[in-house]
Amino acid sequence: MRQPTWQARVFDALKAAHVSIVGYVPDAGHAHLIQAAHADPDMTAVVLTTEEEGIALTAGAWLGGQRAVLLMQSSGVGNCINMLSLPVTCRMPFLTLVTMRGEWGEFNPWQVPMGTATPHVLAQTGVHVRRADHAEDVAEMVAASAALAFDSHIPVAVLFSQRLIGAKVFVK
Amino acid sequence: MTQAAPNKRDDGTLDRRDVAAILLRDPGDLLVVTGLGAATYDVGVLGDREQNFYLWGAMGGAAMIGLGLALAQPKRRVLAITGDGEMLMGMGSLASIAAARAPNLAIAVLDNARFGETGSQHSHTGLTTDLEAVAAACGWAATATARDMAAVEALRLRLRTEPLFAVIRINADEKPRFIPPRDGAYVTERFRRALGIVEN
Repeated sequence: MRQPTWQARVFDALKAAHVSIVGYVPDAGHAHLIQAAHADPDMTAVVLTTEEEGIALTAGAWLGGQRAVLLMQSSGVGNCINMLSLPVTCRMPFLTLVTMRGEWGEFNPWQVPMGTATPHVLAQTGVHVRRADHAEDVAEMVAASAALAFDSHIPVAVLFSQRLIGAKVFVK
Repeated sequence: MTQAAPNKRDDGTLDRRDVAAILLRDPGDLLVVTGLGAATYDVGVLGDREQNFYLWGAMGGAAMIGLGLALAQPKRRVLAITGDGEMLMGMGSLASIAAARAPNLAIAVLDNARFGETGSQHSHTGLTTDLEAVAAACGWAATATARDMAAVEALRLRLRTEPLFAVIRINADEKPRFIPPRDGAYVTERFRRALGIVEN
């Protein structure tokens, strides 16, 4: 029998953590999660125009007694900075899964500045940062980060490294 | 020095505190999210409630907090009350909320066409932007603009029964500041307890 992919195991980890609302700005590295969230009758997937909307969405979900996650790419982290004051000030949980660009075999130079700044920006605004480099670690890291976020009321970002998700191919 | 009159769109005439008092008359168990600045004061001055979530920052986030809350509490009504500047900063959320189709969320924008907290500079709604038309173009099926108190009175029920986006044109008068709780952790925990949410 084939082992489930790491992406499928990440989705299972979110389900096990009782995450029921998934906000996202699409990224190819999150395509499986987005599709799985839309297909799951117990989940609500919400497409966003910009990433900071997702921080407010997750805060509202928490106020209403549900757990939410934000899926985004590293370029979107820069859009979130002031809105991160919301979970930090209100001592709310916040969980985001960030696919990294600009760090491993990147073709597009415009991705590099925010990719480089992402872990620092998150840390400076009070978000705990975890980084997954290896497929075998990802699901466990997401499960542990969800526990940290929702049980300890801590903002947590899990960075999925570009090496893990594979560099985007522009010229085939 | 005063800014040149925009002459593009008419100024509102309604008193913001009178408007808020009508919208929240007999609030029952309505869940209310307020955008930072005057909307937070307008709602707070009517009497602090456990079911109010006041923003003192996170500008642009009021509507999306409303959406998260509405999705999490589908049997409850959620009303986000905010100002034109706060709504303009989160204008994309009008598209996200329309696409999410939450039937239990309404938004009321107290629109004085000004950034009142920062020196009353004209905002886009006093220049060229019609937020009701923006919401309609984003896919909101029910939208309204109120310019007199009879229209505000009619909005009161609609905002509690429909997924409605309403603009209420208020005047630019500054009101005495009222300070509702600004400890976000306290307001958050109080709100959740009022909904009967217990940690496990």
